[in-house]
Amino acid sequence: MNIFIYDHTFEGLITAIHDALESNITPDKIISTKAFQDDLFATKHYISTNYERFETIWNKVKEKSNEQNCQRIFKAYLSEMSDIEIVIHNYIKLILETPYNVEVNFSEDSVIKLNNMQMKVGREAQRILMFVRFQKTVDNIYYASFDPKYNVIPLTVNHFRNRFADQKWVIFDTRRKFGYYYDLENVREITIGKQKVDFTSGKVNDDVLHVSEKLFQKLWKSYYDTINIKERKNMKVHMQFLPKRFWKFLPEKDFKMKYELN
Amino acid sequence: MKAETINKLKISAKAAKYDVSCASSGSNRPNSGKGIGNASPWGICHSFTQDGRCISLMKLMLTNHCIYDCAYCANRKSNDIERTTFTVKEVVDLTIEFYRRNYIEGLFLSSGVIKNPDYTMERMVRVAKDLRTKQNYNGYIHLKSIPGASDDLQQQAGLYADRLSVNIEIATENNLKILAPDKNFKSILTPMNTIKSKIIENKEERKKFRHAPRFTPAGQSTQLIVGATPDSDKHILNLAGDLYNSKNLKRVYYSGFIPVNSYDKRLPALIEPPLKRENRLYQADWLFRFYNYSIDEIVNDEHPDLDLEIDPKLSYALRNPWMFPIDINKANYETILRVPGIGVLSAKKIILARRYSKLNLSNLKKIGVVLKRAKYFITCNELKAHTINELLPKNVRKILLSEKSIVKKSSNNAHKQLSLFTVN
Ligand code: SF4
Repeated sequence: MNIFIYDHTFEGLITAIHDALESNITPDKIISTKAFQDDLFATKHYISTNYERFETIWNKVKEKSNEQNCQRIFKAYLSEMSDIEIVIHNYIKLILETPYNVEVNFSEDSVIKLNNMQMKVGREAQRILMFVRFQKTVDNIYYASFDPKYNVIPLTVNHFRNRFADQKWVIFDTRRKFGYYYDLENVREITIGKQKVDFTSGKVNDDVLHVSEKLFQKLWKSYYDTINIKERKNMKVHMQFLPKRFWKFLPEKDFKMKYELN
Repeated sequence: MKAETINKLKISAKAAKYDVSCASSGSNRPNSGKGIGNASPWGICHSFTQDGRCISLMKLMLTNHCIYDCAYCANRKSNDIERTTFTVKEVVDLTIEFYRRNYIEGLFLSSGVIKNPDYTMERMVRVAKDLRTKQNYNGYIHLKSIPGASDDLQQQAGLYADRLSVNIEIATENNLKILAPDKNFKSILTPMNTIKSKIIENKEERKKFRHAPRFTPAGQSTQLIVGATPDSDKHILNLAGDLYNSKNLKRVYYSGFIPVNSYDKRLPALIEPPLKRENRLYQADWLFRFYNYSIDEIVNDEHPDLDLEIDPKLSYALRNPWMFPIDINKANYETILRVPGIGVLSAKKIILARRYSKLNLSNLKKIGVVLKRAKYFITCNELKAHTINELLPKNVRKILLSEKSIVKKSSNNAHKQLSLFTVN
């Protein structure tokens, strides 16, 4: 049994795949140091990230297929699925060893698997665009929490930077405990302490909330409740489109919020 | 913004909610410099109502006062309901604040008719203009044109809005006159024609001057109410087809009639709104727009109404067993698309994958084909199985109907929009 252990970065994974292909060893597992538990009987190959080796193989893949396909591989990697490393290894191996284009040969196992995975990742990223809700804070930063199934927030940064170019914003992954901050100029990776944000509900503490924020949440919820047409109610379809796991971040699904005037 | 706005918002949203169009697609407006917002070509849903309709735009009525008395409308003048009128600034502020929080993709603004069409339309245009010019807002704007408003106002509306719409609502002119005495087809088709010719003009202009301002980049749409009048699906779909072809409409929306004025005896008493029918109409619409079906293949004199039990694609296949089974490894793309259980995505993958090797059932399954339905209509690299010709259409229908999943699937398809809406 051959196990390749890499450092949890994408470049590290590709370096590991490079080494496996070069040495002609078929890995049984490629696993990140974070997930690795020692296995006494396996042959372990510890790989340290090497940009030269990364680029050699990455450029070869780019040449043989195309930029779009490289994006697909990267997206699949963001799924963090337990066997995604092997899928990527097999996929890259297939691309490099086949004289013609194989990335659309959907009768190949690794092609189907990689494509399905990257599609799921793409869908999750799309959901961030849909369901992220910003809360305005006292210092005029629009803050949003999310806990995506896959590590997809990096894929959404450009969208938000283009769309909300004139407001400062933060999108924070409460599951992976990192996020991005846009300061009207640049986007940079950040971490946030628990004292300002409740990681379970995603809510910013009241004392840092902008005075008008609650009013707009109430306005939005009252709008949401009003446009409902009761004759059309169909909760099954509703749940399919708006799965419960997203509700905690949506003001319109905050059943405790009251907006009646008194 | 004051707390009383909540009341206004509630009255206005309640008044606007029966317009089913909520699409924010079809435009491509980049964020110019450092403004706020952009319109993405595929549209984004930001929430869903309890019936699974996508919420993309904030639908508001500038006012729900109206001097007209359309039988099917909650805001008709003879109804004793709470009325309210927004100021231009209130709508602008709400749009911006909601947009900044990522609640919405933009604004859908309609209005009851107050004083006269021009007066009403002028205020709607002002909202759009303020958003674009004062707020530097590049998100989506859909304005519902007021029939009878001047060409000049339609022109201005089109320069600020991504999409304009004029609702026909009732599919035959006689029935429209009975239910909406203040309206006729001419008053509706005239602004549609104006918008259409301005769109064409604008395209020409933009060929010459790349930076000429765009006129309704997401085109125009309309809505038809179904079930309020005895019009057949054949009539409705042919009208829709005509609107797509001769008026270049981007979308026709079908809205299952919901009796809001049950006291009005000109309207039918319904036990429940015809949502299944609405859903089947959307599927049929999809077939002739994206699946190369002609309307006549879907509805005709022999079958003037859509089958409510099964979707129109399956219905077509069962009525035309002679064209099946088709050979997955040989048939062309258009033919493969006609197989129940195979959508656009799977059909494309089949065409690509079969270049490498002959496909069998397990390949098809992995590609995403719904074999439970497709297997009666295809042959592939596999032993011959019972297809529609051995089993006979009526039995295939029975088998498929008895499989609960089919029923579930079609009900799930209700009111899906955009990419969510696929016919398998
Ligand atoms: S014109 Fe007719 S449909 Fe429009 S708001 Fe007035 S009554 Fe309702």
